[in-house]
Amino acid sequence: MSADPAARAGYRDHPPRIGFFTDTSICIGCKACEVACKEWNAVPEDGLSLTGMSYDNTVGLGASTWRHVAFVEQPARPGEGLRWLMASDVCKHCTEAACLDVCPTGALFRTEFGTVVVQDDVCNGCGYCVPACPFGVIGRREQDGQAHKCTLCYDRLGAGLEPACAKACPTDSIQFGPLDELRERAQLRVQDLRAAGQDQARLYLNDPDDGIGGGGAFFLLLDEPEVYGLPPDPVVTTRDLPGKWRHAARAAAGLAATVIALGLGRRK
Amino acid sequence: MRGRSGTGWRQALAGLAVRTGPDAPSPGRRTVPVPVRRDGSGRPRHRRGEQPMVPEAEFSSYYGRPVIKEPVWEPADVAGYLFTGGLAGASSVLAAGAQLSGYRQLARVGKIGALGAISLSVAALVHDLGRPERFGNMLRVFKPSSPLSVGSWLLTGYGPMAGAAAVSEVTGLLPGAGLAATLGAGLLGPGVATYTAALICDTAVPAWHAGYREMPYVFAGSAASAAGGLGLLAVHPADAEPARRLAVLGAAVELVAKRQLLARLGSLAEPYEAGTTGTILRLAEFLTAGALAGAVLGRNSRFVSALSGASLVAASAMTRFGIFEAGMASARDPKYTIVPQRARSGGNE
Repeated sequence: MSADPAARAGYRDHPPRIGFFTDTSICIGCKACEVACKEWNAVPEDGLSLTGMSYDNTVGLGASTWRHVAFVEQPARPGEGLRWLMASDVCKHCTEAACLDVCPTGALFRTEFGTVVVQDDVCNGCGYCVPACPFGVIGRREQDGQAHKCTLCYDRLGAGLEPACAKACPTDSIQFGPLDELRERAQLRVQDLRAAGQDQARLYLNDPDDGIGGGGAFFLLLDEPEVYGLPPDPVVTTRDLPGKWRHAARAAAGLAATVIALGLGRRK
Repeated sequence: MRGRSGTGWRQALAGLAVRTGPDAPSPGRRTVPVPVRRDGSGRPRHRRGEQPMVPEAEFSSYYGRPVIKEPVWEPADVAGYLFTGGLAGASSVLAAGAQLSGYRQLARVGKIGALGAISLSVAALVHDLGRPERFGNMLRVFKPSSPLSVGSWLLTGYGPMAGAAAVSEVTGLLPGAGLAATLGAGLLGPGVATYTAALICDTAVPAWHAGYREMPYVFAGSAASAAGGLGLLAVHPADAEPARRLAVLGAAVELVAKRQLLARLGSLAEPYEAGTTGTILRLAEFLTAGALAGAVLGRNSRFVSALSGASLVAASAMTRFGIFEAGMASARDPKYTIVPQRARSGGNE
């Protein structure tokens, strides 16, 4: 599978693939990314409640939440008390994107930047993308019946601006830029952290050989992905679609062949 | 690339501790074997309600929240769409077979049943859209990567043929075109009955996706038994021999394929076996088996045949609802997403 999804989608002379590198080791949990995203993209309010999940009252990504800051409180090393992990989650803009593959209308499309975006005027709200996403990112909004998710600020990219969340992030936990550069930078950062004794530091979705062909948005985590609500080994569901079609076709052929059995013992 | 073939995750779900290896547990997390931690906070959570059918594998999650989103589909709409689509497709096969072998009355029931069922199926599909008025956008593109796109085009070809076959049958107009439509619908009907299996399995829903090899045969069998059942219900057994054969064949395939599906799923079969869903699916299996016997042994009895037929139709509907609900349950519980993935990636990051 080509590592250049924009070229695969038919773009020629397209800009370099861009993405996010979210370095959770320097996230301070301020939620400025959540607010900036809501403001810029005019994403509606989606519930105001207290969850009791540390400082997280946002709960998770969805149709009306395109950035979500997770808060994990866990015991630290013996004698060190509590460790507080914070991480800003976002659409992964997968190289092999299940939501885009299964969308029957073409509302979801690949941009020239290699990102994945929903066209609001095309989506008919069939909801197929929702359970197709291995990360539970995309959702269907009650108010308009359509699917919505992070666009990686497609409108801002077109104007040469960085996405609202990255712009607002005070610690540069959210870094934006050409994906190749981000991957190099992330590699150096994880090496530094490990050298400094953070032996749990690891990169997540940075590998083009993983189950989604690598994320356009990838992460530096300080614990296993599932601790942050992320799947440990996601695989795009359409990877074995040929097998699914093969079995469906065989079953259909079997059903069609029963006509022969039905036709036996023909009446006068 | 890591190996993904294996049976490893099944064993893991069956109760092996997943967090093994030197770098698996973070400090302080591994020291408490029981009760199992189910959230990222490190607090133990006790499982409420019924006892799990397998010992809980140890795993972490974010406050017990699901990793994937459960489908936004309404059960009545989408499970109904699976059932009526199957009934329609297989009824068209029955109608074609009956017509070719001279069972006029049965062919008539098949054609009318197919039109009725496919109308309900499409209505359910449209009703479940967030923007029903944009249903036409389904035909904006043709995408083999989307079973719903392929299915929409299949329905576009099949629906009018099923309709023409039924209208010609009832009115007696254009018998030649009616025969062509009957055969055409009979040809596309099997696709209509099975593409929905590819559709639900082509998601991240664990209990559906892991069963993609068997699901189409379950759907084909369930569709055939429902269509045969409808024939047995509506037509005197002396005039319904093809329906009896289709019902028996379909029911047998469905029973075997469903067993194979559950065997394949291993501990991911739990959502199919637990709670109300498990009861519904067991009842459906019981009804199907009983109706199978009734259709064979009661072939000379109008009453027994009709009862068997009605049972098969009901069992097919219950099977689809059960499969739908099992998928929903497997999406809601992070265990079914995380444990198999953790096991296949060898416990390492």
